[in-house]
Amino acid sequence: MMTRLFHRLLTLAGAAVVAAAAALGASAAEPIKIGSFLTVSGPASFLGDPEKKTLELYVERINAEGGVLGRPLQLTVYDTGGDAKQAATFARRLIEEDKVDFLIGGSSTGDTMAAVPIIERAEIPFISLGGASVIVDPVKKWVFKTPHTDRLAVEKVYADMKKRGLSKVGLIAGDGGFDKSCVANASDKTLLDRYGVSVVGNESYSSGDKDTTAQLTKLKAAPGIQAILFCGFGVASVIVTKNYHQLGISVALYHSHGSASKQFITGAGEAAEGARLPAAAVLVAAQLPDSDPQKKVGLAYTKAYEDRYHEAISTFGGHAYDALMLLVDAIKRAGATDRAKVRDALESTKNYIGVDGIYNITPSDHDGLDVSSFKMVEVKNGNWKYLY
Amino acid sequence: MAEFLQFVFSGITVGAIYALVGLGFSIIYNASQVINFAQGEFVMIGGLTTAMLAQGGVPVPIAAAIAIAAAVVAGLALEKLAVEQARDAPVVTLIIITIGASIFLRGLAQIVFDRNYHALAGFSGEAPIHLAGATIVPQTLWVLGTTAALVLALAWFFGRTLLGKAILATSYNPLAAQLAGIGTRSLLLLSFGLSAALGAIGGILIAPISLTSYDVGVLLGLKGFSAAVLGGLGSSMGAVAGGLLLGFIEALGAGYISSSYKDAIAFVIILLVLFFMPRGLLGRRGTERV
Amino acid sequence: MRGPRARTPGLRRRPERTLARYRGLFTLALVSVILPWFLPNNFLLNIAILTGLNAIVCVGLNLLIGYAGQISLGHAGFFGLGAYVSAVLTVDFGWDPALAMLAGAVVVGLLAFVVARPILRLSGHYLAMATLGLGVIISIVLVHETKLTGGPDGMNVPPLRLFGRDISSERDWYWLVAAVLILAAWLALNLIDSPLGRALRGLHGSEVAAQTVAIDTARYKTRVFVISALFASIAGSLFAHYSGFLTPSEASFQRSIQFVTMVVLGGMASTYGAVVGAAIITVLPQLLTVFHDYEQVVLGLILMLTMVFMPKGLVPNLAVYLKRRLS
Repeated sequence: MMTRLFHRLLTLAGAAVVAAAAALGASAAEPIKIGSFLTVSGPASFLGDPEKKTLELYVERINAEGGVLGRPLQLTVYDTGGDAKQAATFARRLIEEDKVDFLIGGSSTGDTMAAVPIIERAEIPFISLGGASVIVDPVKKWVFKTPHTDRLAVEKVYADMKKRGLSKVGLIAGDGGFDKSCVANASDKTLLDRYGVSVVGNESYSSGDKDTTAQLTKLKAAPGIQAILFCGFGVASVIVTKNYHQLGISVALYHSHGSASKQFITGAGEAAEGARLPAAAVLVAAQLPDSDPQKKVGLAYTKAYEDRYHEAISTFGGHAYDALMLLVDAIKRAGATDRAKVRDALESTKNYIGVDGIYNITPSDHDGLDVSSFKMVEVKNGNWKYLY
Repeated sequence: MAEFLQFVFSGITVGAIYALVGLGFSIIYNASQVINFAQGEFVMIGGLTTAMLAQGGVPVPIAAAIAIAAAVVAGLALEKLAVEQARDAPVVTLIIITIGASIFLRGLAQIVFDRNYHALAGFSGEAPIHLAGATIVPQTLWVLGTTAALVLALAWFFGRTLLGKAILATSYNPLAAQLAGIGTRSLLLLSFGLSAALGAIGGILIAPISLTSYDVGVLLGLKGFSAAVLGGLGSSMGAVAGGLLLGFIEALGAGYISSSYKDAIAFVIILLVLFFMPRGLLGRRGTERV
Repeated sequence: MRGPRARTPGLRRRPERTLARYRGLFTLALVSVILPWFLPNNFLLNIAILTGLNAIVCVGLNLLIGYAGQISLGHAGFFGLGAYVSAVLTVDFGWDPALAMLAGAVVVGLLAFVVARPILRLSGHYLAMATLGLGVIISIVLVHETKLTGGPDGMNVPPLRLFGRDISSERDWYWLVAAVLILAAWLALNLIDSPLGRALRGLHGSEVAAQTVAIDTARYKTRVFVISALFASIAGSLFAHYSGFLTPSEASFQRSIQFVTMVVLGGMASTYGAVVGAAIITVLPQLLTVFHDYEQVVLGLILMLTMVFMPKGLVPNLAVYLKRRLS
């Protein structure tokens, strides 16, 4: 009988010790929860896949260096498969079930916009990785974004065309949101007037198409055409370029920033020579002048990513890097993980050097980048060459 | 005129690809009345495995052989472990099974390989061939030539060999075939293996033209199915004709009407064809016994 | 002289059948009422609402696939079209959402009616192809008519207004969708027991035999096709307002396949099977997130295994199994 009582007491004591330890441990290292919904698989996996890899890599690195404010980061990533409906569901799940403190995600504009109402209602800081201007224009209190808007990309291309004395452009794009947004910007009267460009052809292909020679033949025959702008991404960037080469088209070829990855050059081979596109500095970090503040950050990211994953970086992974770093910086400046404080800190980010550019976020500009954050690059000798 | 010719060449390039995939659908349908929605994944396995192995240094012919073997294994496994177990199920159930298989194979490819796209070098170089003001890549001729050779081989197989005739007999009337002593189960296995091999060969031929990735099978499966139905299920010639026709409609539609709506135009035409020819272009004009 | 009831003994069984029919419906209603207790947050309510909307489509689609034996691989087209008509009319033309939903149903119903005759002449895989084509055409139009639909990046949709108030809370939507689902199930069950339903089952058994007993198969097939399209359209309109955001992927081929999978998985020729199938396919992706990169692999396996071991679908197979166990 005594042994049974002794046993019970021992168990109780043990439980008390464990509980105390747990409580102590928890308060000492309660993680900062970051939730993420990305298009890891599906037609937009070229966005979500490198983004997920980047987030996982850097959360690990930050935690290895002691975390943020002495607390580790805990990342929860869900794959939406490119379905906006799933993005909205996962946003709810992250907020209500996983009870995350902050959100980074929405690889595509569709995914982001579907989740925005939920995020605004929940009042949780969110950094979007989507491209369209509509994400931050009109400004939403809790929504920020890191990628340059695709409008900036088109501006960079038109500016380069103007420099080269080219004024008549033909567009070829796919049927994705990214493509259509690029075309809408490329056909925008304000931009066309500003750079003296006119659109003489507009062709479209479907995602998954194996050949675009028919569309390019039409563009080739467009009266007075001087340049072709490819508004797309993924395999199509290679197919269109190869077809362009096959048809012997001689006018200048521009790509949108969707093709900003070494994969494109590897796939298209010699057909890619001479193609130009606007890219985030990180793509050509090694070629930047030492005085460029983005060089160091870009090189560091490139090395870390390529060492870990053995594949070329894409600028889309860079968006995720910037988002995470901006968030961490804001948390540090706010000195707390209180949502409102961090939001305010994000909104007052000044001259933050990221891989996408230098961020200056204000209450009226929740993106913080301008056209100088894009670099013009050209494919030369099977590699990216930094122009300006 | 040169423009028209270029559209025709574009149509041939794409059409030959669809024809090859459609052929795979046709063979399985011939043997089992099942539409194998995982056919596109066999194409993907062929192309992606070859590309990844070649990238890793394996000589292309060996990589191709391994890829075809992998696809055949997948095809045989699909038949033995799934289709055969559910052989008495309604047609829709079998369709869902093949859809489940395609999701499975796609998921597997993402893990075994990666989510990026990969290229394969053209068999006889990349230099385009010029013909009367239009160009065509040599790889397209490879696709066409191989498709033609395969169609002839299949015609000989189904028309002249006992095995081929047995497969056809099984598809016309499985019960009668069994009564005549034909091992229908092993024939079904054979058809799946054959279809998988065909799909894989197609994938390897196509990869130099349009690259390959874990999800090429989705759209190719859809187009291949459309080609097979358009041409008339059960007819290999029909699948090829359907594929080429589909390619032409897409290219000419893009060239002369609207490139945004070319796929819609193609489907409208398919619907019209089916309206006037409810069994496709060359479909088996059977009578339904009641 | 014996009365009519005695002369036609089949009629006498009707009261029992009615009770059986309502028993199932009552269970559905009971489950709907009790469920919210287990759904304490918006995420879980969201899953339930999406399940309900999918179930409405599936209940209609099941009439077509399970009872009439016709395959449709394009039903997401009707869903998406209903959703977009609602969205465009409310956003661009300021229509009242309830009226817009009705308009959507009319548009979709008319389209279904017009294409039904030529399409339903086809059989088997040819019919599947034709419906697939129809769905894809609708999807392509939605993608490319950017000025009207916002294109692939989608468009925002204002909330639904019923009886003068906005339906915007998750709870409100849950009750609305549950009510519509029960109504849809009731309609479907009534249809199945009506002359239309009996004609359909005869048709499914053997179309030629049905024709020989003077059943106008073309008319009945058209009717059920249009009805199933209407179910999809209403569900689509509700979805548009609930989600507040719409993309053309709601009309895609992948979505159509999803609907068919739900119907077949849950059990063809079973209205409750359609609901169960919708629940499983909607909830499954949430459960499978634990597998991370293996999510697709596991999903594919589950689909294959379920169909191999329960070829008629979950509910019919389970019903047979339970009957055997209990008898």
